[in-house]
Amino acid sequence: MTDEQGTSGAILVVGGGISGLTSALEAAEVGNDVFLVEKNAYFGGRVSQLNQYFPKLCPPSCGLEINFKRVKDNRKIRAYTMTTVKSVTGSAGNYEVTLETAPRYVNSNCTACGDCTDACPDEIDNDFNFGMDKSKAAYLPHEMAFPRRYVINKEGLSAEGAEAVKAACKYNAVDLDMQTETKTISVSAIIWATGWNPYDPTKMDNLKFGQSDAIVTNMMIERMAAPSGPTNGAIVRPGDGKEPESIAFVQCAGSRDENHLEFCSYICCMASFKQMTYVRERYPEAKIYVFYIDLRTPGKYEKFREKLMADENASFIKGKVAEIVPESDGGVTVVAENAVTGNKISQKVDMAVLATGMQPSLAEGAPVDLNMDDSGFVVSDEASGVISAGCARKAADVVTSNQSATAAALKAIQVSRR
Amino acid sequence: MDKKLSAYICTGCGIGEALDIEELAGVVTGEMSMECKEHGHLCGPEGRAMIESDMSDGVNTIAVCACSPRVMQNEFDFGEDKITIRANLREQVVWSAGEAEEGEEDSHKEWLQETASDYVRMACTRAQKSELPEAFEMETLNKDILVMGGGIAGMTAALEASKAGSKVTIIEKADALGGKALGWAKQFPTQLPYAELEENSIGDMVAAVDTDGNITVKTATEVARIGGAPGDFKVTLKAAGESSEWDAPAKVGVDEQDLIDKGEMEDPNAGLNSYDKMNEDADVFGAVVLATGWLPADVSEYEHLGHGTNDKVVTNAEFEAMAKQGKLDGINNVAFVMSPGAEEHDQDFPYANSVTSMVALKQAKYVRENSADAKAYILYQHMRTPGHMELFYKGIQQDDGIFLTKATVTGVEGGTVTAKDTLLGEDLELDVDLVVLAAGMVPTTKDDNTINLAYRQGPAFLDLDLFDGYADSHFICFPYETRRTGVYTCGGVRKAMNMEETIDDATGAALKAIQCIESADRGVAVHPRSGDKTYPEFFMQRCTQCKRCTEECPFGALDDDEKGTPLPNPTRCRRCGTCMGACPERIIGFKDYNIDLIGSMIKSVEVPEDDDDKLRIVIFACENDAYPALDMAGMKKIKMSHMVRFIPVRCLGSVNMAWIRDALSAGMDGAMLLGCKYGDDYQCHFVKGSEIANKRMENIGDTLSTLGLEPERCRSEQVAITDYDKIPEMINEFVDEIVELGANPFKGF
Repeated sequence: MTDEQGTSGAILVVGGGISGLTSALEAAEVGNDVFLVEKNAYFGGRVSQLNQYFPKLCPPSCGLEINFKRVKDNRKIRAYTMTTVKSVTGSAGNYEVTLETAPRYVNSNCTACGDCTDACPDEIDNDFNFGMDKSKAAYLPHEMAFPRRYVINKEGLSAEGAEAVKAACKYNAVDLDMQTETKTISVSAIIWATGWNPYDPTKMDNLKFGQSDAIVTNMMIERMAAPSGPTNGAIVRPGDGKEPESIAFVQCAGSRDENHLEFCSYICCMASFKQMTYVRERYPEAKIYVFYIDLRTPGKYEKFREKLMADENASFIKGKVAEIVPESDGGVTVVAENAVTGNKISQKVDMAVLATGMQPSLAEGAPVDLNMDDSGFVVSDEASGVISAGCARKAADVVTSNQSATAAALKAIQVSRR
Repeated sequence: MDKKLSAYICTGCGIGEALDIEELAGVVTGEMSMECKEHGHLCGPEGRAMIESDMSDGVNTIAVCACSPRVMQNEFDFGEDKITIRANLREQVVWSAGEAEEGEEDSHKEWLQETASDYVRMACTRAQKSELPEAFEMETLNKDILVMGGGIAGMTAALEASKAGSKVTIIEKADALGGKALGWAKQFPTQLPYAELEENSIGDMVAAVDTDGNITVKTATEVARIGGAPGDFKVTLKAAGESSEWDAPAKVGVDEQDLIDKGEMEDPNAGLNSYDKMNEDADVFGAVVLATGWLPADVSEYEHLGHGTNDKVVTNAEFEAMAKQGKLDGINNVAFVMSPGAEEHDQDFPYANSVTSMVALKQAKYVRENSADAKAYILYQHMRTPGHMELFYKGIQQDDGIFLTKATVTGVEGGTVTAKDTLLGEDLELDVDLVVLAAGMVPTTKDDNTINLAYRQGPAFLDLDLFDGYADSHFICFPYETRRTGVYTCGGVRKAMNMEETIDDATGAALKAIQCIESADRGVAVHPRSGDKTYPEFFMQRCTQCKRCTEECPFGALDDDEKGTPLPNPTRCRRCGTCMGACPERIIGFKDYNIDLIGSMIKSVEVPEDDDDKLRIVIFACENDAYPALDMAGMKKIKMSHMVRFIPVRCLGSVNMAWIRDALSAGMDGAMLLGCKYGDDYQCHFVKGSEIANKRMENIGDTLSTLGLEPERCRSEQVAITDYDKIPEMINEFVDEIVELGANPFKGF
């Protein structure tokens, strides 16, 4: 793209996860100019935190690598990290959008040599790993991060840390005086691909998240299982590092519940089956208990379910978990009623995994006025050229998200050609 | 292009400390006869200014000896008229060097210097051998889109493409547009609160198509055959249900052709024009959307349920028709059976999906709306109502006249349904007026060619058995990929979908069709090498008509003539290079990636003689997955053997065994391929590349034996991009085995 300010045919994609990347790439490969903005310091979004995709059990970074290559090779795309939308004015075909880029404190001189991290004495909670470990305050968000450029968390940096980091950089790339920048661009259509957050598990009092180290979320398991994760791929109980001999998957942790997320989050059943494979790979003998309302693995996912339900050391209990009780030995007891037999079950396990649902990222508030439903999903308004894609639009798996993201690209192109 | 070359060595990021840069520069200026400059921060403004200044003096082809080609692309992108080749001195040399073993400090330094020198040699050689690509220009390009199927998917694809300005032709086998939706009594709710069924809106969609000036509709029409390629598909249409001399011929293999010639087998293509014959009267299109939908499944095989023998048992499709025709009089008690497994399994009917759960809920509402005291019983194993469909389900649960229970349905006799393991805590016996089975939706691609391609590799999509006959993509990240470029599928041929899903899917397919045409127009590849201007060129004079390239191309890009000479279709090509890897005559190549280029890189590697500490092993690494993993290993500073030399390849499928022979006859001691997982859950972005390469490697073992070399000197490994923690070990083990075997006996000859 020759014009940094955008053109009347340009498209803005908000969110650089798998859906946003897909929308941006599909539109740019048709020939439209695209701005892609991502609030994190890296592209890839939620899927970059996943160890594997179901049902193929392939690594998400494989597809991301291709997509990043497509971004790098395509001059039609301008991609910005640490950038959010501040305001939108105008109408379909003629939007003026103000973008705000937060300071990275590392400029384009960065060669990604890693000397700043080595020199930095300060540590911060590693958000990418859900706080299960620490990273340096000068860091690469994760090892497959694109763009491969370091970031500094200025609040996490001590005075000595600041000096050390500056001194370590041979390329004058550390700039702790960097300021927030805003810029205004012109676009014809906007695709919201802002994705989702794991539903806050502390909101479900009965599940006691935070009251026992044995209670973790499905996303935490993804990070643990990843070779690049906080435990280098080991699935162990946080805190005491115990290798679990028994593990419970608590389905619908927040989903299908009018007090929390009233919709079905679509992916959690398959995600738990997938995570069963992680557990089984590491612990051939571990007992697995899955507490569910329904097993939502329709269509081609049935084969995957069938394969895993054949596991002799796994039990499946149709019943919503009423309560999780922390035990003194570090484990927990999962309490539920079996809906088929009517029996009350109290199952002691070493770890419990909450299959937390998918809350749209904008549920907590959108940066600009948007048409959203009661749950916080963005409703597309094609006439206005405001289009939603992926999990900003509805709860969906990666395939479905990418279908909707590809569709969104065409909707946006239509506006640009009106 | 008149090339003026120069090399640049970056001394930043530890490269300058670890290596003797002067000596390295000597390799460039001496052996490689190229200019060479150094800089401490080559990717920074000053470093790039230095390169740009040389370019203003005429330099147009550079070797950047610095970090991985996967980083700093923009920094080293000097425009489309320049060639930039990268030597990965940082991630794969300096960062992979590890610590010296005690007492080996000097050797370690020497080895590292040799490794770096080899990468510099290879990069300079590549720079010398690379040419700028010239995009393939079609003589004529047609931008119209053909949509096969006039149901919701097809009409949506047409309407959405039209809204983007495309001209579209829909062909529909039936006499009218509308597809299966014509038979719906009502449709699912599509907006909050997802409570009430909606009136069937298919009429509106048909009307929209009818009044759209960009869309031509041909009903009672089918495709006889599609030949040609994206941008220039030659489509022969015919009246639905009739035979034509232009029907797409079945694929006939060499052996089958033999039998046919001997009169021992009937020619399946008797009376048909051969696949390569062009119909002069064919319609021309730029891309195709396949939306031929689904057929109701036959569920008579489940004898305990009695479909086909018990007249009280119907399928969901049949019940929908009854509701549509207002034939529900007297039907007040209806049981819906969701799972046919009895006590064997708890799966839904084959080819079902969440949409079939939804259909049962919808049809239960028909029953309830039929009369005030009517009752519906939904017997399910798992109720599948994902996303907001959950709200519809919840609403249904509020209806006192609809009973929902998990149940194992054990049989239907007359109007009596028996079930076990229900939520009511007891076995169930229901007397009903009608039993409705939640039968699946079988994709038309399961038993039909549907797409009817007149291609060398046959008329249908390949290997759909892997997906139970669905014409689905096998890629989670790339749902629209098919193995036939320019043909995109949507709707019921991909999976059982509801209307909302179908509309999204079809809109996406329309985009892919438009994108493919635009890419053909620009002369560039589509996914996964989107934008690549190179394409395979054939030196036909030396072709021996062995047909390997036409057989092995994963995308069916190559046709052939009667003799077997390949007929390339560049716009079908995905640029993986599998044809190049297949060709025993080495006559296929790309401007910047060919047999001579890689072969010359291999030969540029210095092979020391008589030194068992300096064996040389070439490793061809898939650039999409294995190569990034090697970079990661470097970032993690995992030590890699100093005896290996990596060469990134587009896909393992492109690795020509000539390279292995080149390496071994140059005295190298072993060769390895690192590529993606193959088999049912293949991860190869070119579908077949890694599998084909593995087969070739098995065969080369025999060749080596006849040369007196151990087959163990060659190996092929499957890795994932996340295996960076395992790959160095895998490689180091292989190196140890080679060391055990000893040096290549042909070294020095």
